[in-house]
Amino acid sequence: MLKANTDIIRLDGAEKHFGAVRALSGVDFHVGAGECVGLVGHNGAGKSTLMHMVAGTLMPDSGQIAVRGGIEEHYSVPRALELGIRCVFQELSLCPNLSVAENTRINHASLSGFGWRRKAADLIAAKLDEIFPGHSISAADIAGDLSIGRRQMVEVARAFTVTQDPLELVILDEPTSSLDAHTAGQLLAFVRRFVASGKSCILISHLLGEVLGNADRIVVMRDGKVVASDAAKAFDRDRLVATMGGTEAQQRAATETAKAEAGPLRVRARPARQEDGKELVAYAGEIIGLAGLAGHGQTDLLLAIFAAASRAKAGIEVTAPVALVAGDRQSDGIFPQWSIAQNIGIRSLARLRNGLLISPQREAELASFWREKIGIRTPDMNNNIFSLSGGNQQKALFARALGSDARIVLMDDPMRGVDIGTKLEVYELVREEARNGRTFLWYTTETEELDNCDHIHVFKNGRIVANLRRDELTEEKIIQSSFGDAA
Amino acid sequence: MASLRIWLAKPWIWSFIGAALVWLATIAFTGGYGGGGMITAALSLAVFTVIVGVGQMFVITLGPGNVDLSLPANIGLASAVAMKVMDGNDAMIAVGLLAALACGMAIGAANYLLIWALRIPPIIATLSASFIIQSIDISYGRGLQIKPPPGFADFTNWQILGIPVLAILTVLFTIGAAIALQRMIYGRSVLAIGQNIRAAWLAGVNVGRIRFLTYTLSGALGGLDGALLAGYFRGANVDIGNEYLLASIAVVVIGGTSVAGGKANVPGVWGAALFLVLLLTMLNTFGVSAGVRLVLTGLIIVGVITAAGGEKALR
Amino acid sequence: MTIVSLGTSPKNSSARGAARARMLRGLLPALSLVLVLIAIAWLNPRAISYFGFSLMLNLAIPIALATIAQMFVIAGNELDLSIGTFVGFVGCVTATWLKDAPLIGVLILLGSIGVYALLGALIHLRNLPSIVVTLGMSFVWQGLAILVLPKPGGKAPDWLLSLMAFKPPFIPFPIIAALLIAAVVHFGLMRTSYGVILRGSGGNAAALERAGWSLLRTRIVLFALAGLFGVLSGMALIGITTSADANIGNGYTLLAIAGVILGGGEFVGGRVSPIGAVLGALTLALAASPLLTFMHIPPDWQVAANGAILIIVLAARVLISRRER
Repeated sequence: MLKANTDIIRLDGAEKHFGAVRALSGVDFHVGAGECVGLVGHNGAGKSTLMHMVAGTLMPDSGQIAVRGGIEEHYSVPRALELGIRCVFQELSLCPNLSVAENTRINHASLSGFGWRRKAADLIAAKLDEIFPGHSISAADIAGDLSIGRRQMVEVARAFTVTQDPLELVILDEPTSSLDAHTAGQLLAFVRRFVASGKSCILISHLLGEVLGNADRIVVMRDGKVVASDAAKAFDRDRLVATMGGTEAQQRAATETAKAEAGPLRVRARPARQEDGKELVAYAGEIIGLAGLAGHGQTDLLLAIFAAASRAKAGIEVTAPVALVAGDRQSDGIFPQWSIAQNIGIRSLARLRNGLLISPQREAELASFWREKIGIRTPDMNNNIFSLSGGNQQKALFARALGSDARIVLMDDPMRGVDIGTKLEVYELVREEARNGRTFLWYTTETEELDNCDHIHVFKNGRIVANLRRDELTEEKIIQSSFGDAA
Repeated sequence: MASLRIWLAKPWIWSFIGAALVWLATIAFTGGYGGGGMITAALSLAVFTVIVGVGQMFVITLGPGNVDLSLPANIGLASAVAMKVMDGNDAMIAVGLLAALACGMAIGAANYLLIWALRIPPIIATLSASFIIQSIDISYGRGLQIKPPPGFADFTNWQILGIPVLAILTVLFTIGAAIALQRMIYGRSVLAIGQNIRAAWLAGVNVGRIRFLTYTLSGALGGLDGALLAGYFRGANVDIGNEYLLASIAVVVIGGTSVAGGKANVPGVWGAALFLVLLLTMLNTFGVSAGVRLVLTGLIIVGVITAAGGEKALR
Repeated sequence: MTIVSLGTSPKNSSARGAARARMLRGLLPALSLVLVLIAIAWLNPRAISYFGFSLMLNLAIPIALATIAQMFVIAGNELDLSIGTFVGFVGCVTATWLKDAPLIGVLILLGSIGVYALLGALIHLRNLPSIVVTLGMSFVWQGLAILVLPKPGGKAPDWLLSLMAFKPPFIPFPIIAALLIAAVVHFGLMRTSYGVILRGSGGNAAALERAGWSLLRTRIVLFALAGLFGVLSGMALIGITTSADANIGNGYTLLAIAGVILGGGEFVGGRVSPIGAVLGALTLALAASPLLTFMHIPPDWQVAANGAILIIVLAARVLISRRER
């Protein structure tokens, strides 16, 4: 009983499905008063889903939510705010057309009436001063004019401003992703003071050092489950990495086929922000890995290479047709109105023609060939693409690229949220295609996938910071390079 | 039963059902008199809406924000150009038609140039272009009520067994458009862009070229329509295209094309055009005033889009 | 807005630099107005007088009001293609019912504002494309206008006539009215706490919803305000022309959009400026006919001039935005 009352929030057996994907399977999670909980896990481990539930933006399919011991039947965003639970989301939620003060007003219904502008400006300025002393943000600045780092500072400061509603728990989802080391330090010091005053905080970060150094307790998630929850002191970096990755029995890239001599040059590219001479070079038949933390310029480089294939671009050389396998299926890959066959055929329309017209027969042949080859599980390739599970949709996108005339295949972290069975099938196919002379540039956030690559480039802040051969590859090396701090 | 259900699942069937109901209501009112003539007249008039409607359909299918508001001005100018080039001379009919097509294509290309160069939403680009086209038309065709060559006027009114030849040709054209939409690289690309412009680019679709072609196509069809209208109504004039702004969008929406883009429907354009023309005929037969006619037309469009709604906005 | 808006937001430039570029863009409306005025003064110095301005800016008030109406809709990332025929409808009601049976006239006008609010709700709830809905409504308003006033005619109420004929000392009435409209709307939309919410709904609707605000309500309010200013525009128009015609407002749809854009507004993102919109409307009112007349440009080309001004301003803005980066 006593324990229940000291918990700010408690989730029991929370489950969530998105279509065929199980994002959370029976998670128990709680945050105590005066506690900073660190939450870590790879992409797709379920951290964001869990936090959306705490913030009230998502309801669990099953399981229950209790705040300060009282069970919440109709938990929602307004209810969460009323109870003093706030969230700084990873995607920025400022209105770019409004000033900093006006953006503060949006989160405080009570900031109205005569003199509200003054009040809002004072409120946010005071909080910015408190968290980030020496910041140079004015309350009158328009949010859209600020650099992304300053926007993040405003967003964080805004979450800690108090008018009417109480403030008990703040969720910080990658709060330092756009901050430099100095401001990140200021923020983390403030979080410590905030927690010391009896309030609570959930800190999500890829920077394990940040979590180890500032959290009281660390919760590790993997595949939609909580796999460890222990005092921060009980963890060190190695144990954390091992718990997150947990791939002891991961089969090493099956057979180390004797590599044929490198074929002709396919891609030579230098990231736009690269200052030294490092560049990415890929020959026919190679699988090149792009590693590092999410969003450190890997996708940008892939898109630049993709664009350079159709229009010459300085610093990038591409010598063969290119296809791309999207990772964000909904925004970059799927055509929702179309059948599976049409979704596969779109990249190869020119070859599917018979005279001027696209031949339905050839389109069907292409589709059924890939249904067999890549194992798309469906009774009919003319069904809508959304009749497939997420993993099979992804296979269709692979079929689109591999079925095309492209000799270079760019993969933009395509295995996000895909089940392990599909993954293993696709790995095998990629290796086979590479043996046949195709070149793969493979950006992935899942370290074990890099085992399939001949060469790995590690990215940090839009630059290539390390260049590893497969035999040099270890998880520690990648993490070291991507965090850039000595382990 | 099953086959009936398949038919009813086709989005364009409703516009034909609507057209049939309106026709039945009208001949019930007249006691069966003039039913055949009504269909002939409806076909003749629907042709002009269908031609621009198909162009507008391709544009709207490009996805949210795409719409060609310059069609009325385009039609007006092209009708003047066609009549001037033909100059009442039967020998010049083909040249005049080509001139109208070229005029329309130039307008379409200019529209896309504005969209691309100024990075403004198509709705504003085509709107500002229409201002300018309108002025060119006023100044170019002022006071000149040039009659079409007799051969051309006859051609646009030519009927075989009560079926306008122009309607037959337009049916053939729409069949071609439907094939282009579903079976040609161009059509597939338009559909892909409309569903997801970024995914289309990443799947290797040449987005810029397809958008350019689509606006040019819409312009060309507007130009052709202008020439045909001038032949049918025996003379060009500035306002000849005015009603085709709303009509072209209305037939696309009523015909089951998605305003969110990526889903187009050619037969529905025919059904919707017949529906609109027959509706006007019916209201005329009932002796309804012009005001009521406009109100009903507007309400039907709002009603249809509301019933079909629930999709992403057009802008 | 698909690829059109890609890469227009300044990412790396400092807030100061971006603010300077934005100020430059903000000055564009005033700059265009000054340019037009200089041109007029040069072509016809006598026009720059109390009488000249009263005459030249005659129609500026209804245009400015219609522009403000359109601006409210654009602030919520929508577009109203029916505002012109709506102004015409209001004009017809003003010249008939409002004069003959003021109570019924007022009720009709209030009801039409209600229809606007309902359209806002409908567009939000059914997630409809506003341009198709308002295009349909443009027919409805036009039809209603014809029903109210089948033939050009009618007469404005006397109080309205005397209001619009008001001749204050020193400063011509249209200028005072424009200042007043700009000040009132600027205060309401840019300075009040709910104005922030209205603009925020165009800037980042998801963030607003996350903070607990109702997007249905913001949309209803924005459309109702558009209806209100459309009513004011129609009444002002009839106060000037004294009689009505069902087609009298048709040109206002395009003028109003052009005015908002000239005034520095953007189609998406809730970036609008009431003061800019009024300046844009004044520029259009001056450029549309007095300037062109003084330049001996035939009336045929006056419509084109409006289109050209719109294109030139948009081009200038693209140039400034490019420099911003």
